[in-house]
Amino acid sequence: MSADAIVELKGIGKTYETGVEALREVNHSFPAGKLSTLLGPSGCGKTTLLKIIGGLIPATTGEVLVEGKRVEGPGAERAFVFQDFALLPWATVLRNIAFGLELRGVPKEERFEIARKLIGEVGLVGFESSYPHQLSGGMRQRVGLARALAVDANIILMDEPFSSVDEQTRRKFQEELLDLLRHRQKTVIFVTHSIEEAAYLSDRIVLLSARPGTVSQIIQPNVDRSSESPDEIRRDKNYLDAVDQIWQVLKKYL
Amino acid sequence: MSNSHRTGDRRILWLLLSFLFAFGLWEAAGRWPISVAFSPFSQTFLAMVRMVANGSLLKAYASTVQPLIIGFIICGIVGGGFGIWMGLSRTTEWFSLPFFIILQAAPMAAVIPLVTYIYGIGLTSKVLAVAVLAAPVIVMNSYKGIRNTPPSLIQMCRAFLGTRTQVVVKIILPHAAAMIFTGLRLGLAMGFIGVVIAELLITPTGIGDLISYHSSVADFPEMFAAVASIVLIAAVTIHGLERLERRLFPPEVRGS
Amino acid sequence: MKLFGKKIPLSVSLLFWALVWELVGRFGFSSIFPPLSRVIVVGASILTTEKFIKAVEISLRSFAIGMALALVVGMTLGVLMARVKAVGRTLGTWVNVFVSAPISALVPILMGVLGIGESTVVATVFLFAVFVIILDTQVGIRKADQSLIEMARSFGARRVQIYTKVLILSALPEILAGIRLGAIRGVKGVVIGQLLVSIIGVGELFELYSKHFLMEEFWALVIVVFAFAFLISEGIAYLERRVEYYAGAR
Repeated sequence: MSADAIVELKGIGKTYETGVEALREVNHSFPAGKLSTLLGPSGCGKTTLLKIIGGLIPATTGEVLVEGKRVEGPGAERAFVFQDFALLPWATVLRNIAFGLELRGVPKEERFEIARKLIGEVGLVGFESSYPHQLSGGMRQRVGLARALAVDANIILMDEPFSSVDEQTRRKFQEELLDLLRHRQKTVIFVTHSIEEAAYLSDRIVLLSARPGTVSQIIQPNVDRSSESPDEIRRDKNYLDAVDQIWQVLKKYL
Repeated sequence: MSNSHRTGDRRILWLLLSFLFAFGLWEAAGRWPISVAFSPFSQTFLAMVRMVANGSLLKAYASTVQPLIIGFIICGIVGGGFGIWMGLSRTTEWFSLPFFIILQAAPMAAVIPLVTYIYGIGLTSKVLAVAVLAAPVIVMNSYKGIRNTPPSLIQMCRAFLGTRTQVVVKIILPHAAAMIFTGLRLGLAMGFIGVVIAELLITPTGIGDLISYHSSVADFPEMFAAVASIVLIAAVTIHGLERLERRLFPPEVRGS
Repeated sequence: MKLFGKKIPLSVSLLFWALVWELVGRFGFSSIFPPLSRVIVVGASILTTEKFIKAVEISLRSFAIGMALALVVGMTLGVLMARVKAVGRTLGTWVNVFVSAPISALVPILMGVLGIGESTVVATVFLFAVFVIILDTQVGIRKADQSLIEMARSFGARRVQIYTKVLILSALPEILAGIRLGAIRGVKGVVIGQLLVSIIGVGELFELYSKHFLMEEFWALVIVVFAFAFLISEGIAYLERRVEYYAGAR
């Protein structure tokens, strides 16, 4: 158990009412300040695990410790980015970004100020008064990301955030995400089913087995992102090795 | 700009054409010897002008409109409120849902005679007739609006630490507002039906009575005119509400 | 679904209300509501009387004929309006007017033209049901998957085949929804038509029982008619559900 583990999973198991056992004996410690990815075959329970960490679903067995405290539900130190964006269709982009702050009672001027700053960072300048239906899928997810950043939580949980956009937009997002995180001390736990994405973004990759999901292997790509350009990373030997390594493990489950 | 003008003009053109078509058909049907009781468009139109001029139409509506509005407002507030309660409380839902599912399919008009025999031929009966017909659809639509809130939005709200009250006020109610409005619109349509039936059956006032009276003295153009007037008024009102609904709750903003 | 540790199905709540009805009746809280048991007993006894059987027969007949007409005319017009722009534009306004209009106001006209009898009721059922069937059929055909039609054409389908093998089936979910709503309205049409004509069918019986305050008979008839409306609605809803599976994949 490393000293700077910020999220610890101890014996997490999840069985649904229907009898389906999604997760079994999941143990792991996520290091603070790093981006860790949960990766695995379809149905391995990675989204379920993420939602358990987020406090949105209760675990059947085991416990989650965040910053040393047991998780009983959602908390101010964790922010969630949803796969289907989950934006209020009747609210403007500005209000959507500020929504987390609105729920906490932050006064209007203050929260809109924070939202405006983030609009600049995620590249949505000019769309403050637009509605979700006027935005493309990629832009909607920027709103979702900005919303999670607005509440300034230490831990950001991202559930396949880029899976609903096209390949080209997805690549751009990956680069921008690394950019956004560079200046912030955040712990990110990321769920994806894309091997390349995991290798590109992660400091650590947690591979889950097929259902019932459990930790199968941990891979550290050791890609030096600080010195290389985004395109160089994709040709970095460590990146390519990681991709291959992951694929060899996942192949067994197909 | 000019493009939308063209489609706007074309729409008006088609509207005029459909009016011409329908009224032409009506006129022809009236002149054909199907039945002496079928009044052609021209005569009906003249009769309507006469009835507006002599005030009989206005008097009738002054009487009809009261129970319609009173019944609708009561039903809207109580019914809408109850539907919302059903949506938010599983217990209330369990007790009331089967009830209202049956009521929605049932011919509620069957109880109107009973209502009038118990409550007499006054305003109360008419208000009840409106309420009894409008309530099921208003309640069910409010209920469905609440229930159909996308769980993803509720989960998102909870993820950002929203309390139960915040979830209801910021997520569920705004989402349900569109369906509640739809329910009110459909409820008003049912209300029209209720008040007409009540008036045709017993009460000697209002537009229903006007229709019955002219029918009984064989003033067929006048009878047709009265019928056409209520159909027209109901259509215009409901259509107006539909347009309002589309403006307040455009489909993209309604969500799921 | 209440939880006493277990989920109690929704239908049990009806039993609960049946019990309440029984108790209300027994304690005599209101003369309008005799105990449910008496309603059932009286109901069973009138079920075999000739008057009742005749009333039900007439009502069912009017319903069936009116609905059959509404289905044929409604679906045909609906398809025409969706496929032929001119028809759609001309009739569209009127269908929209009449689908939410108080058609009961038209019954006196029907009585004047068709007389005080079954034909008026049949016409009432027809008018109540047809407009929603037209509307929903039209919507269904319009929404029908363009790419399916293109696919059929590319494999050489003739016009008739496109209609029967692709279009109507593709629109079936909407068409069935329209038929279900039409059937519910049709039942209302029978009752309202007969109430206004007042000398035949269940409408006459409702009027009669109300007038003479025969509450047991009244509620028995209410149960029968409401149950009928509900069963028809659920029957068609069942068909809708059978067809629903492909609505998602269109």
